[in-house]
Amino acid sequence: MSVIIDENTRIIVQGITGHQGSFHSGEMIKFGAKVVAGVTPGKEGMRVHDVPVYDTVEEAMVHEPDATMIAVPARFVKDAAFEAMYHGIRVIYILTEKVPLHDALEIVSYARTHGHVVIGPNGPGITVPGKTKMGIMPNHIFREGTVAVASRSGTLTYEIVYALTNSGYGESVVIGLGGDRITGLNFVDVLEMFEKDEDTEAIVLVGEIGGTAEEEAAEYIKKNVSKPVVAYIAGRSAPPGKRMGHAGAIITRGKGTAESKIKAFNEAGVPVAEFPWEIPQALKKVYK
Amino acid sequence: MNLYEYQGKALFRKYGVPTPEGFVAFKPEEIQEIKGEVVVKAQVLTGGRGKSGGVKFASTLDEAREKAREILAMEIKGHKVHAVLVEEKLKIEKEYYLSILIDRSTRSPLIMASPEGGVEIESVPDEKIFKYRVNPEIGVHPFVGRILSKKMGFSGDLAKQFTKILINLYKLFREYDAELVEINPLVLSEGKLIAADSKVVVDTDSLYRHPDLEENAEEKTPLELEANKAGYAFVELDGNIGVIANGAGLTMATLDTLLLYGLKPRNFLDLGGTDSVDITKNAFTYVLKAKPEAILVNIFGGVTKCDTVAKGIIAAKEEFGIELPIVVRLSGVHEEEGRAMLKENGIHAFADMRSAIEKLKNVMEGLQ
Repeated sequence: MSVIIDENTRIIVQGITGHQGSFHSGEMIKFGAKVVAGVTPGKEGMRVHDVPVYDTVEEAMVHEPDATMIAVPARFVKDAAFEAMYHGIRVIYILTEKVPLHDALEIVSYARTHGHVVIGPNGPGITVPGKTKMGIMPNHIFREGTVAVASRSGTLTYEIVYALTNSGYGESVVIGLGGDRITGLNFVDVLEMFEKDEDTEAIVLVGEIGGTAEEEAAEYIKKNVSKPVVAYIAGRSAPPGKRMGHAGAIITRGKGTAESKIKAFNEAGVPVAEFPWEIPQALKKVYK
Repeated sequence: MNLYEYQGKALFRKYGVPTPEGFVAFKPEEIQEIKGEVVVKAQVLTGGRGKSGGVKFASTLDEAREKAREILAMEIKGHKVHAVLVEEKLKIEKEYYLSILIDRSTRSPLIMASPEGGVEIESVPDEKIFKYRVNPEIGVHPFVGRILSKKMGFSGDLAKQFTKILINLYKLFREYDAELVEINPLVLSEGKLIAADSKVVVDTDSLYRHPDLEENAEEKTPLELEANKAGYAFVELDGNIGVIANGAGLTMATLDTLLLYGLKPRNFLDLGGTDSVDITKNAFTYVLKAKPEAILVNIFGGVTKCDTVAKGIIAAKEEFGIELPIVVRLSGVHEEEGRAMLKENGIHAFADMRSAIEKLKNVMEGLQ
């Protein structure tokens, strides 16, 4: 079993008939993902990439899904996530951005006390190269390998994964945690998974300004992580009080600066690359 | 979105959190009558107004209008004063602190209370701040008030008042999708706990559920507002390089890289995850309005295809008659087609970020 999902994971897509849902379901299928059903209220009977569409998750349960990708508009995300959790779906990935903060809070809070894993909101999802993909990461940037990557952004993740792949590395798993203030997984959660994962030998963390997830990760690494870790932090140049695209990327009351995160990683023995393209070199120094 | 003090206090009253008696005035003439001694407070979306002279006392109508006139003409830390709040002057016996915020690391609401109010909470020692993590599935019940009252030193009627304020404040926090509700100070005045100030921050992504809240435009520059309305995440900075990139993380990394190369970005602009010639083209409108000396485009193509972006750039160059140097990095889906199209149109195009930024550095040195 790889991290969170593997080649046997049966995925449904809530919002499969929408522009995003339909396009990315097709890309996921091409990558090898088992997309078993779609759900869009009022669209039952349709087929998208030959995948059957149902009105409700209840009806889609005949396909025995373990995971769902939610690609519905922000104001319907809470409804969709609770619909999936009510029916016992374990992994809930939320692609949608601009999900109301308190909706995310309720979803994540329920999930964490009832044994569900939430990935996102507002992230590119999870890819296990050679096995499966749930989300929107471009198919062509990966190679099967031993480096696990976790990131708070989308394109910057692709940039770094592509740099790894072009330098001869491969990835065991790539997880986009999401750019919002409340996300289902943070760095500490995935570090725990990476440390246990047999396919992972080294770890890359891509953080950014806002919050204290990187500082907490640094503390956790000191005590619990034996595998080599390198990092990149975006937002050194960000002015305080401005939301830099992501809802979570904001320096408030002097907290959440890049300097604080870089310092915390350095103190934990985690090298922090200055430029995104330096990640493979940084990895070479601590791994192989 | 930050609310002004008077807007926050209107919400407090709606939820039964006691506030001083008062009213808001946008012009001195709007002050018609005062009862006894009043305080005239600048309404600005920044802290530290007291030290800047934005809070004054008055005891007659003429004096209140005069102070209002002075305050309304002020600018505090670069913020124009929006209005004044005229309130009864409280007899303050003691100042406390109370807030509820979203704690990102525990992913739960966090109540913070302190017997040391009236100062910035960051300056209060940790052992004087009492925290209670709310389980959102359980919520805030009277027992939470009892726990915190004990620590705060409230008993009897004060404990009851405090508990009621806490429960009502939490209700407001949840129902108005707040990121933060803060009462600093919560004052004890003649046996009553009263919210002497308010700070309420509402989640921008939830504003659609609160049509009663007007959007406070003051936090953004006019150009930022214009670009945001058109769907771009856009932030003005103080450099001279216009930037267009895709994805918030990559855009931030682009700005950081420029700075490390000694170049200064003029803006943050995230194209988002779209594949549209027009969206790319129109992004230049806002960057050009910021009057940069050169433009850097940094795209990692996935959903956003490189040839689409190239078409957008070429269309913008022609339509807007751009003569500034443009350096483009295109990598990812359809990158070769994209770069070839740009080169045919005399635009510098590179496959990797480093080469693009080094080229830009050369171009900028050539301009000097």
